[in-house]
Amino acid sequence: MALLEVNNLDVRFALRGGDVRALRDVCFSLDRGERLGIVGESGAGKSVAAFSLLNLIAKPGYIAGGSITFDGEELSGMKDRGLRRIRGNRISMIFQDPMMTLNPVLSIGEQMVECLKAHRRISTREARAISLHKLNQVQIPSPETRLDQYPHELSGGMRQRVIIAIALLLDPDIIVADEPTTALDVTIQAEIMDLLLELCEKHNVGLVLITHDLGVVSQVTQRMLVMYAGRVIEQGPTREIINDPQHPYTQGLINALPQMATPGSRLNQIPGSMPSLSNLPSGCAFHPRCGFVNDANGEPRKACLDKVPGFVDSGNCRVACHMVAELVNQQQRDSREEIL
Amino acid sequence: MTAAVSQHDPKASAATADSREQDNAAPLMEIRNLYKRFSLSGDFLEQLKFKGGKLVREQEHVHAINGIDIDIRRGEALCVVGESGCGKSTVARTVMGLLSPSKGEIHYDGQRIDHLSAKELLPFRRRMQMIFQNPYASLNPRMTIQQTLEEPIRLHHPDWSKERVRDQVRDVMDSVGIDPDWGSRFGHEFSGGQRQRIAIARALAVDPEFIVADEPISALDVSIQAQVLNLMMEAQQQRNLTYLFITHDLAVVEHFGTRVAVMYLGMVCEIAPTGTLFAKPRHPYTQALLSAIPRLEDDRPQHIRLQGEVPTPVNLPPGCVFHGRCPHANERCRQEVPALIDVEGGARVACHGVEEGRL
Repeated sequence: MALLEVNNLDVRFALRGGDVRALRDVCFSLDRGERLGIVGESGAGKSVAAFSLLNLIAKPGYIAGGSITFDGEELSGMKDRGLRRIRGNRISMIFQDPMMTLNPVLSIGEQMVECLKAHRRISTREARAISLHKLNQVQIPSPETRLDQYPHELSGGMRQRVIIAIALLLDPDIIVADEPTTALDVTIQAEIMDLLLELCEKHNVGLVLITHDLGVVSQVTQRMLVMYAGRVIEQGPTREIINDPQHPYTQGLINALPQMATPGSRLNQIPGSMPSLSNLPSGCAFHPRCGFVNDANGEPRKACLDKVPGFVDSGNCRVACHMVAELVNQQQRDSREEIL
Repeated sequence: MTAAVSQHDPKASAATADSREQDNAAPLMEIRNLYKRFSLSGDFLEQLKFKGGKLVREQEHVHAINGIDIDIRRGEALCVVGESGCGKSTVARTVMGLLSPSKGEIHYDGQRIDHLSAKELLPFRRRMQMIFQNPYASLNPRMTIQQTLEEPIRLHHPDWSKERVRDQVRDVMDSVGIDPDWGSRFGHEFSGGQRQRIAIARALAVDPEFIVADEPISALDVSIQAQVLNLMMEAQQQRNLTYLFITHDLAVVEHFGTRVAVMYLGMVCEIAPTGTLFAKPRHPYTQALLSAIPRLEDDRPQHIRLQGEVPTPVNLPPGCVFHGRCPHANERCRQEVPALIDVEGGARVACHGVEEGRL
């Protein structure tokens, strides 16, 4: 059994006009030491998926159904008291904006010691020693002085290193990182991602990396999920999805990258934009933008318009698309006929 | 004063339009030895301090741009890249006349424009337009799209009839892929990508020849970025536009740019044709920047790790601004500011190491 298993997760936001369903039928799992990327555009639900793991969804949002099992324990519906044992301790989080995450009125050392003492019965002296060790691990120069400095005295890159040190403080099993480098410059981003990757590998820590940057996912993770309008539409090994995406949306997303086109030529754009969650199209949410909605006869596939696609296995990947399902069925029929 | 006015009468600019066709090689925009400082010290009284029993005046400045020379050629897309705080947005704003330079000159189509008054600048403002980063902030929330797009046309063509203005708005909305019937809607009714299209339409409404785009796609999602980039490239072909494109996204630069200027701490460290720069970056900073792009390819490339961080632009380091993080820096780099020198492939690099043949 996997360390973390999410099944049929359903998250809703109770708004005046009725519930908006931010996540539907989200399923994924994470093994010990595995690195999983969650990719999608803004509004796809990737951050909601990450926050719901530790029940960090603020009202009016709530988990309406599904299960989140971590190391045999059910997290959804768990009381805050129980969650506090896990939050920051066995599953820690890294948030997007290093300027907002640290408390501006506490020194770095105080914040680290506070976190350690909340979970372990140790003296301040011991806690400081552990903090110092972790700051060393994230390669912060002169960590002794940093411990007594305040967040505003550090640059963005340094703050994100401190945040990684805090995330690693209690030797967690999983780190959930929500766009950890989006607010940083490219050279700093490369350093931080290298560091995070190195530490996760060294300490066998699992990583759930939420990002919109396919380049980052491709370099850091082993498996990935692609989300669209609150659903997972494709998942599988990162390399296979990047090299041979099956879902038309994933294909569009990868082909839209400037690095996939010859310089100066027209980019392959996906027409239109992601629908609002409160007003989703019928059937497959991607069908109005999909270039493969028509079948062999040039008619729109009825299933695409009416029915939400379920997952089909295509190689090592799972894809939610009627067109791919047809192809897979066709292939299976062909191979069956060959055997007969 | 009269001389200044006659410089901008329509006949004179028609004459320059003729000479433009003869001499296509002359740059459209010339930035000469540009400096921009921002004071951090407040007004005069706040600058007064007691030191050793004496009253002294102290001033601190952010040195945003420190002597850059850039030519922008007609019809090209010049991309300026660099990390946050390197002064690339300040370049865009200074070029547009939104900020006045502390030192140096800006020439547009052969005429100096940096010292002109707002009134004198008006004819140039029609020819150069700007697209801003955040389409959520750059559209007036109280104006309909029709009003937003009509405003620049009326300002620059006060003699146009209502019908002509309306036709122009319809044309420009059509050309950016926004349904002209949506004119009565407000900005908030559109998605980010659509808003950026409207912002582009506003820039195109007065038929400019030069567009400064300050991170026009960084607030947008990947699939929308491609749409907006395509739109900007189409507009460039159809209208023969010249772009100054500010971005931090090197993948976009590789696709979009004719030439690239790499900035670090208010200075240009390398300026080169895009192909040359990506095939053979010469400046150590450019090399580090290119190696940091997260690529889709399988092999995990070795990032060139830079030591330390970008120094503050308040107290500039002496010598080459990059020496503190450069793995190849020597004594000369710590002392002497490198000038841009020509190297092969049409590139210009400001690096002592390249000049001495060490790199």
